[in-house]
Amino acid sequence: MTRGKEHFRETVLKTPFHSRTAPLNKLNDWHRWKNYTTAGSYFDVSLEYFAIRNSCSVFDLTPMTKHRITGADALPFLNRLVTRNVDKIKPGRVGYAVWCDDAGQVIDDGTIFHLRPGEYRLCSQERQLDWLQRSALGFDVKIKEETHEVAGLAFQGPTTCAVLKQMGLTGIEALKPYGLTYFDFQGAELMVSRTGFTGDLGYELWIAPAAAEALWDGLFAAGRHYGITPMGNQALDIARIEAGFIQAGVDFLPADVAVRPNRTRSPFELGLGWLVDFKKPNFTGRRALKAESERGSKYHLVKLDVEGNKPARDAFVYNRRKKVVGTVTSAVWSPSAKANIALASVEMPWGLSGDELFAEIYYQRELKWTRLMARCQVVDGIFFDPPRKRATPPGDF
Amino acid sequence: MTERIIIVGGGHNGLVCAAYLARAGKQVLVLEAAETVGGAARTREFAPGFQVSACAHLLWGLDPRVTRELNLARHGLRLVEENLGTVALAEDGQHLTIRDDRVDGTMLSSADQAAFRAYRDRMARFAALLAKLYGRRPPRLGGGDWTDLLGVGRMGLDIRLLGREDMREFLRIAGINIFDVLEESLQHPLLKGALALDAVLGSHLGPRSNNSVLTALHRLSRGGRASLPAGGMGSVGAALSAAAQDAGADVRTGAPVTRIVVEAGRATGVVLGNGESLAASAVVSNADPKTTFLNLVGAAELETGFANKIHHVRMRGDAAKLHLALDGLPTFTHLAPTALAERLVIAPDLPYVERAFDHAKYGEYSTHPVLEVTVPTIKDSSLAPDGKHVLSAIVQYAPYEHKAGWAQARAGFLQVIMDTLARYAPDLPGLVSHAELLTPADIEAEFRITGGHWHHGELALDQFLMLRPVPGAAQYHTPVDGLYLCGAGAHPGGGVMGTAGANAAAAVIAREKRP
Repeated sequence: MTRGKEHFRETVLKTPFHSRTAPLNKLNDWHRWKNYTTAGSYFDVSLEYFAIRNSCSVFDLTPMTKHRITGADALPFLNRLVTRNVDKIKPGRVGYAVWCDDAGQVIDDGTIFHLRPGEYRLCSQERQLDWLQRSALGFDVKIKEETHEVAGLAFQGPTTCAVLKQMGLTGIEALKPYGLTYFDFQGAELMVSRTGFTGDLGYELWIAPAAAEALWDGLFAAGRHYGITPMGNQALDIARIEAGFIQAGVDFLPADVAVRPNRTRSPFELGLGWLVDFKKPNFTGRRALKAESERGSKYHLVKLDVEGNKPARDAFVYNRRKKVVGTVTSAVWSPSAKANIALASVEMPWGLSGDELFAEIYYQRELKWTRLMARCQVVDGIFFDPPRKRATPPGDF
Repeated sequence: MTERIIIVGGGHNGLVCAAYLARAGKQVLVLEAAETVGGAARTREFAPGFQVSACAHLLWGLDPRVTRELNLARHGLRLVEENLGTVALAEDGQHLTIRDDRVDGTMLSSADQAAFRAYRDRMARFAALLAKLYGRRPPRLGGGDWTDLLGVGRMGLDIRLLGREDMREFLRIAGINIFDVLEESLQHPLLKGALALDAVLGSHLGPRSNNSVLTALHRLSRGGRASLPAGGMGSVGAALSAAAQDAGADVRTGAPVTRIVVEAGRATGVVLGNGESLAASAVVSNADPKTTFLNLVGAAELETGFANKIHHVRMRGDAAKLHLALDGLPTFTHLAPTALAERLVIAPDLPYVERAFDHAKYGEYSTHPVLEVTVPTIKDSSLAPDGKHVLSAIVQYAPYEHKAGWAQARAGFLQVIMDTLARYAPDLPGLVSHAELLTPADIEAEFRITGGHWHHGELALDQFLMLRPVPGAAQYHTPVDGLYLCGAGAHPGGGVMGTAGANAAAAVIAREKRP
């Protein structure tokens, strides 16, 4: 990868795993993700997906935006930035978090890794350096974007723990969900967190770019008999919808890029009210969110079980077939739940649990467009929620 | 729980606010850092036996409502001169004298005089519109509150009521620069220079900068008459303090507030420099917005967007203050000794003023500065020993940060100013027994104003009305419950007038009685 003054010579960057992912990309299916070329799929989306649920699968997440946050005020800074209480993310733990503008509208979501006492990494979908720096006014804190300095792999699926043990990560089975720990990997420091975007048993592996290829090779050697495959982002997307995870730019519009009113959403409107801690005296968006919690929200994010098997992608959501009350933001046929599932942003109070909604689905059958008003059931739980994702130590699959 | 309202800073607006709150039956405590109240309206000694109005040196008209309702005459405010004329100095002695809508001078045609009258009358009508807006709380946009919508409607109606011609003209010139407006209205270079000075005094603006019509109107909004209080500007502070105490407020000096305490999103008190904590049911800050929010409250207690808006408030002063102790009255070329009591300005033409500003843009002082000079001792001999005089001048432009540092640059700037004065009054340098030059950095330190900017923030369309100091704090209350602004950083801005303090008091009374 080219960095520093030469970056402009390459319009698309290659991740440190490129020498390994490129030969595996039988479809030559590449797309741009934050200026890196990354695989949409390697050989077959379905097989890649089933590896996540039945064996193990590797996803190159290097382009994920990463920030290192240090300094005497790192903790108060983060507590002012995000809506949740960061005190509770102890060293060696990871927490999901969301941050808002002053109007209480979500800018992005991400994960906070408490790497070492007082030293944090914030991962996010969108670039956040500008907002983080503005948020740093009045805090003794150092913020560094380290996206290019850290290579990352998501390693997801039931056999992942067994493979990591095989690779020599002794004691990895003791790592609890949302925990992180360090290993020596051929002289490089390997950080392993039990996190992921699939809602399954899985880990994320973080290492210096120089050691990236060795890590990939070690992983695939150890996983040879455990059904290891690479996955592209299409397979991952199916898994994340099943897990009910939302994505910036898909399920909500980052507040800092929205132009039109009513296009942004608050944490409450995204089903993330559990991340808002009013016991904290101050965080950005607190006043607006407190008012919203007293007045009631305008929208909510619902999980839909859609009749039939045609994915309700981009569908309008109707109440009693007459009035448009929302939009589907993510939809897919769930192979594991055997259900036609969707996430939708719906105006309050429509679709409060148990309410019946309809999705207007257009699909082609032998080149003829067909319109379908599919009945949708609002569901409370997660579409696919295997106990293995919580078990410590994980089962030896 | 205490019912006491604490006012941070005993500047004129803080005292006005205190007086109104106390009259409304509130328990009020004013905390002033300095040993005397008044803030920028303060008289102090600068050389043994010589007193001067140390920051603002002319009173351009207190808000008449404040003067009347607080009965300032009874509390000792007396003017030694109610309507100073302005003498636009010419190096060759062909000076002009401006008073209200009249201008006189030897080289002036009747056409010049008529043009000036027309210009001045039109500007006065527009300034009267501003004065109407100044007395009211600016509406909050986008909140959906009907009183705010009504406020916007009233504002629109007031503009419409100017009449079709004036409305169009007002909307045309309100955001543009005084240079263009003077060029299209008047011929006489010296007259245009003197009027341009009115627009740029105390601002980081040159005549060609946009917004300089607005600042000219701001100066005229209280009638455009400069007066001299007996005993200097400090007597304004003293009279307001007496009025506030008479109404029941307590005023403590030598009590610098170092922190405004915020608990669970509400201001609950202050901490003083000596460590003393004082509880309050509400805190009203007379300090400028940056000092209030970034130093006293702290950015960490605010939300990111708001803290950054405050951080970006433009307030870097460009005005220096010169105080001279004189052994006798200087002689200005071809100027009658009686005219020395007027307001003397050095701004010979528009390009001169613009060029003076150019230096400030690059961190340098003007090599040919513009000056507003007063010799207050002619009307008020109490300020100096018998037979001696005080000269007080506002000098522009002096950047807040000189590129070489003021420690290096100060002596050179003082020399430039003295050379400039000597071109008009050759005997003046020989009469000086003591000179004091306050740069914006000195003004910042002495008067605790960020950037040394008298107006507590540039007076410009982006920091005006419901945008002053920033949206979210433009109606005197702030995102911190129980914390209010009452200083010049709030609507309607700077100049010793007390309107912000009076408006803020009304906002505090209306808001704090809510359950």
